[in-house]
Amino acid sequence: MIAATLRRQASRRVLPGFGLSLGVTLTFVSLILLLPLTSLVGQLSQLSLSQYWFLISDPRILASYRVTLLAAAVAALFNAAFGLLMAWVLVRYEFPGKRLVDALMDLPFALPTAVAGVTLATLYSSQGWVGRWLETLGLPIAYTWVGIALAMAFTSIPFVVRTVQPILEDLPSEVDEAAVTLGARDGHAFRRVILPHLWPALVTGTGLAFVRSLGEFGAVIFIAGGKPFETEITSLMIFVKLQEYDYAGAAAVASIVLATSLALLLLINLWQGRFIRRLHGGGA
Amino acid sequence: MIRIGDAPGVRRLLIGVALVLTALFLLLPLVAIFAQALMGGIDLYWQNLSDRYTLAAIGLTLLVTLLTVPINLVFGVFLAWLVTRFSFPGRRLLQTLIDIPFAVSPVVAGLVYLLLYGRNGWLGGWLDSYDIQIMFAWPGIVLVTIFVTCPFVARELIPLMQAQGAREEEAAVTLGASGWTIFRRVTLPKIRHALLYGAILTNARAVGEFGAVSVVAGAIRGQTNTLPLQVEQLYQDYNTVGAFTSASLLALLALLTLAAKAALEWRAARRESLA
Amino acid sequence: MSIRISQIDKTYGHKGSGRTRALAPIDLDIRDGELIGLLGPSGSGKTTLLRIVAGLEQADGGTIHFGEREVTQVHVRERRIGFVFQHYALFRHMSVFENVAFGLRALPRRQRPSNGEIRTRVMQLLEMVRLAAFAERYPAQLSGGQQQRVALARALALKPDVLLLDEPFGALDAKVRQELRRWLRHLHEELGFTSLFVTHDQEEALELSDRVVVMSNGRVEQIATPDTLYREPANRFVFEFLGDVNRLEGDVAEGRLTCGNASVSVPGVEPGRRELLLRPHEVHLAERSIPAAHLPVTVASIVPVGAEVRLELEADWLEEPWLASVSHAEFERLGIARGRRLFALPSRLHGFDAAGAQNVALPVG
Ligand SMILES: Nc1ncnc2c1ncn2[C@@H]1O[C@H](COP(=O)(O)OP(=O)(O)OP(=O)(O)O)[C@@H](O)[C@H]1O
Ligand SMILES: [Mg+2]
Repeated sequence: MIAATLRRQASRRVLPGFGLSLGVTLTFVSLILLLPLTSLVGQLSQLSLSQYWFLISDPRILASYRVTLLAAAVAALFNAAFGLLMAWVLVRYEFPGKRLVDALMDLPFALPTAVAGVTLATLYSSQGWVGRWLETLGLPIAYTWVGIALAMAFTSIPFVVRTVQPILEDLPSEVDEAAVTLGARDGHAFRRVILPHLWPALVTGTGLAFVRSLGEFGAVIFIAGGKPFETEITSLMIFVKLQEYDYAGAAAVASIVLATSLALLLLINLWQGRFIRRLHGGGA
Repeated sequence: MIRIGDAPGVRRLLIGVALVLTALFLLLPLVAIFAQALMGGIDLYWQNLSDRYTLAAIGLTLLVTLLTVPINLVFGVFLAWLVTRFSFPGRRLLQTLIDIPFAVSPVVAGLVYLLLYGRNGWLGGWLDSYDIQIMFAWPGIVLVTIFVTCPFVARELIPLMQAQGAREEEAAVTLGASGWTIFRRVTLPKIRHALLYGAILTNARAVGEFGAVSVVAGAIRGQTNTLPLQVEQLYQDYNTVGAFTSASLLALLALLTLAAKAALEWRAARRESLA
Repeated sequence: MSIRISQIDKTYGHKGSGRTRALAPIDLDIRDGELIGLLGPSGSGKTTLLRIVAGLEQADGGTIHFGEREVTQVHVRERRIGFVFQHYALFRHMSVFENVAFGLRALPRRQRPSNGEIRTRVMQLLEMVRLAAFAERYPAQLSGGQQQRVALARALALKPDVLLLDEPFGALDAKVRQELRRWLRHLHEELGFTSLFVTHDQEEALELSDRVVVMSNGRVEQIATPDTLYREPANRFVFEFLGDVNRLEGDVAEGRLTCGNASVSVPGVEPGRRELLLRPHEVHLAERSIPAAHLPVTVASIVPVGAEVRLELEADWLEEPWLASVSHAEFERLGIARGRRLFALPSRLHGFDAAGAQNVALPVG
């Protein structure tokens, strides 16, 4: 039935290659994405509801949710502020070394997470360049949730910068000028005029940074240290369960992580759609 | 020209804070990698680099990358062609599906592959009876790497091809060109840079993937260690200099990636300003 | 509020890279309550001048006074001006109401009216621009003309002394333009601010302004009322820029210009080779020549345009045809048809040379 519809539509298509590209894409998506994901469902279906509940509500796991959420939230908020600042400075000002700073913003995506992880762990350990110094101030970073948040923040730096930057670049100078001719001071104009324009991009970027931080593994484990109930993140719990051949437990916890990430991603997309509709007319 | 935030005081303050934070968060770690790697002198660095296991890790990483990047390039082009040149039911769903690897924790990515191809998995048991091992061997590493990096090329191509529209391809069809000719002569020249950019991003991630690979690799030294896994293992063995030696290779590659990206963007900007 | 602009000049670009002199030193006096049009071809510096008056751009030299107060170094915020942008520059994420209220809400706390007062004032303004029913809409849901009215209401909310408009109707269609023009004139008279607006449309400048400033290449060519501008243009540029032009070239001797078999009396014009110009409506037609003018022509084409008829006239003493506009009554009376031979009687001739402008009136009835 669907195949028939597709064929009927295809016969009206002007450009060639529909059948081939559909075939290649569907094969790839099924084999690489869907089949493995169904294996997760398959694993879970062998569990009863109470078994499932028992696995995902283990106190140590619960503690890991809390640490992960807290650290990811702090990291995302830090990035919202830092990313906004960097986007602003890179778009609005000229200064020596600007091109270099701009290029450096992508470092966290280019640098393997494990490398970021061991580097941050070394820098912030109590003997490290920065950690030593913070220790004397009574601010231990390594093996605390702050260290976890720091590693998460590092790996998700580009999200906010790179979503806000193009929007800020496209903002016509009349927007600034209109606000200023109406007597607005810089702070007022920024809050009431510029920020609302950046808001969708800022929230999207922050949301993506948060989702990424929730799943971060390589960058976090070294600086986290893995103290049960204190610095264990959920990804690590899954990893540990796998090493203990507890596949059911790992799958159960993974299902929570996966569902949360997908739900957040969906939410971000919906929210973005709503904003875009308002700015471009249609729907009161 | 009057612009908000142009008062000299504000400007200097914001630039200052931005530079300090960038130096602290981005530059310092980068410097630290090379400093740690060279801590024991250049001789030790070479010695670590030519270590048997390190060389094996480099080899495996290259193999994984060489397989992953072309496969994802081909897939990305087909996907982008499909969703930007045709409309069909389920197009939006397909685009959403493709984003899943971005949202999924790499550990979960590794897990689902382990569940599928592991000894007790659906396919794993069957393959095992033919003596084909996927998990804890290089094919598994390649598979999860493909999974993790599959959105990059398509993500670069789709917005570009959407913006370019299909006019020129349609014109080529009316001139009687075949599908392959249209792609090679009309489409490819327009998307060359995006394609290259997608390949660079895929490459960077493929080389550096850690979470997913560490689940499926099983870490047999000299056999299933990629460079990032090698970094971890040496670090856990308290061989800091060794760990950072491997890390410095990866960092060097990251710097190359950044330079390539900057060069591509610079060229695109220049072409735009000339147009 | 009167505006006095003296010796304002502006060059864009840095040393080395392409420098553009956007304004040669300019002097301009605008009286309190005047509506002034800045007219000129593209790139003549109109926008630059307007933005310097607003304080959005800094001049390289010269001074600007609003009344007795020198504002050259005063920040835009403190100049008490209203500025209307060519593309409206409405805040897209704010409702129409919030757009208009923006300036009031931006006031320092001590001067800021209460929320109730803001509401009253904004609704009053929206009433005035006839958009009260649209208060809760977003800019994207309005037509171009409506958006421009919101932009106007927003600029007027703080009761500015000076209203500056950069091609305010440039992006609108002919009918809406016409309507908004009349309405701006009305508003200007009612509220009594001083306005300066930029346009490159002669008709708009002549219809709307008390006085028009004609600019070219960063200089002021003439400042005059629309009437004077049309009748007594200061130079050839102004004359040509303001409408269609007919040319008459010939040798002047003893107060008479001769060109082939045609001749016309031009008292006071220096002898020698001369080019004189005249407008289509300054060309009258008759069945016979008069002593002052013997200019035989043939009607080559006829185009009725609204209340008048446009004619194209040919003659072997003319290099390019003349345009003439006559009333329908005149058209009937002379029984004009294609190929009809008539005599042209110029009512005015304009000569421009290095010495200045010369406008010759001829006794034509
Ligand atoms: N920001 C700028 N940088 C460099 N040159 C500029 C800038 N703004 C204007 N110019 C130049 O200054 C001259 C005057 O420009 P201006 O915008 O004032 O002209 P205009 O009369 O408003 O023209 P238009 O009718 O096309 O709007 C032009 O030659 C223009 O190229
Ligand atoms: Mg202009």
